[in-house]
Amino acid sequence: MKKENPVVTIKHLTVAYDLQPVLWNVNLAIPRGHLMAIVGPNGAGKSTLIKAIMELLKPVAGEITFDLGEHLSKKEERNLIGYVPQNGSVDWDFPATVLDVVLMGRYGHLGWMKRPKEADYALSREMLKRVGMETYENRQISQLSGGQKQRVFLARALVQQPDIYFMDEPFQGVDAQTEKTIVALLKDLKKAGKTVVVVHHDLQTVPTYFDDVTLINREVIESGPVETIFTEENLAKTYQKEANEVREELVE
Amino acid sequence: MNNPALEIQIIAVIVAVACALPGVFLVLRGMAMMADAITHTILLGIVMAFFVTEDLSSPYLILGAALMGVFTVWLTELLHQTKLLGKDASIGVVFPLLFSIAIILISRYAGSVHLDTDSVLLGELAFAPFDRLLVFGVDIGAKAIYVMGIILLIAVIAVIVFFKELQIATFDPALAAALGFSPVLIHYGLMTMVSVTAVGAFEAVGSILVVAFMVGPPITAYLLTNHLKKMLVISAGIGAFNGIVGFQLAMLADVSIAGMMAVVTGLVFLLVFIIAPEKGLYTGMKRRKMQKKEFEKALKNLL
Repeated sequence: MKKENPVVTIKHLTVAYDLQPVLWNVNLAIPRGHLMAIVGPNGAGKSTLIKAIMELLKPVAGEITFDLGEHLSKKEERNLIGYVPQNGSVDWDFPATVLDVVLMGRYGHLGWMKRPKEADYALSREMLKRVGMETYENRQISQLSGGQKQRVFLARALVQQPDIYFMDEPFQGVDAQTEKTIVALLKDLKKAGKTVVVVHHDLQTVPTYFDDVTLINREVIESGPVETIFTEENLAKTYQKEANEVREELVE
Repeated sequence: MNNPALEIQIIAVIVAVACALPGVFLVLRGMAMMADAITHTILLGIVMAFFVTEDLSSPYLILGAALMGVFTVWLTELLHQTKLLGKDASIGVVFPLLFSIAIILISRYAGSVHLDTDSVLLGELAFAPFDRLLVFGVDIGAKAIYVMGIILLIAVIAVIVFFKELQIATFDPALAAALGFSPVLIHYGLMTMVSVTAVGAFEAVGSILVVAFMVGPPITAYLLTNHLKKMLVISAGIGAFNGIVGFQLAMLADVSIAGMMAVVTGLVFLLVFIIAPEKGLYTGMKRRKMQKKEFEKALKNLL
């Protein structure tokens, strides 16, 4: 495995809901071992991109290839890809404790019909500790704050022990303490050689949190290292496009 | 065993538990109305299978019913996915259509057979012990006990073996899909279980009681616990309790057995809804009153 090979390569990806394309001809290489932010205006297709990579959506066209190692079965490959959905995507009134939810991250390794073993419980407790939630393991999930829910989701992805993480707005609506915990975690993951791709909203924190940035607005505007790509000009292009389209619609 | 009262209660308990197990997942998925639809549309599957086999005790009737249950779910979701109809409206279109086709077929072509609409809807629990299972000419008990016993056994095994899969696909279908547990497969597996349970139970207790047993005990248990495993056990227990108490009250008042069981199911829910230790209505009101008092006291001390 050469270090310079991108871990994910996306070619000509087009995704549409009904007739309206949400993502148009996306070409993107995600570099191995980097922290990458995906930034763009609302409705730019950021979450859609992650869902398409996770194969949760069927693209109209294009291909996505992973380079996670040779001779991997589909199951092994799947377990190397971690997913942290938006925490509003589930029903938090579901009868489950914090530990129950974190354990779900082990299910992919267990496979059909097998029950979690003592080692899976131990790992889940360890990862809860890593996100600062070790005293909450028996807490009913409906009693958690937004930041705590997000940390539970992160712990759930950690117990899966993947090589690449896709996180959909993990900083959305979290408290300062949780934000700090997540940032520290991202740096740790990078140190361990993991790749992390994060849908991100807060433009101000992009340069301090991330190595790379992908600017997206239905298509990829620019993608690369933060120092060279995260410029005012490129941001204007990403967000301006929206303003132009609105203007065009008004003229019509 | 020749004690009809005891046999009726055994049947009721088996049906109640067999319904409660898949019912828990239906309720957590927000699909309680789908249970209502399936328990009715399976009649069309039974009628169609009956036209082929011309035998009311044929096992193909269960197969036909199960296929029709899955077909109902599929058709409903097909309509819903067009985004032209809501989920409730899709059920509202499919369920009466398939059910009334069944009613028309029965009234036109199967009028002479024991397959009348009243018994489908309300069941004939009082008559269930008359239908005996004979092995080499020996009476070994009411047939419904064995039919439902097998279905219950399948439900218990399925819930134990696939607990993890049902849990993850219900809580977070996207994660389930990402980890290789096809939510669609699990969904249709559950719906097949609901259909088979419904067809096994409808002859003995009727569709309305099947719906009551599938929805009532799980929502009651939901108010009493925060653990999925406990919710399954409590649902089964409440279902069995409702069945027995319903039977006893029906005997006392000399009224419809299935009807009384459904009434008890509703009343037990209402009671728990009000006085449940954590989530109950009254408990919540009392808690808010206490908090208000404490807050006022704290405020007074502050001033």
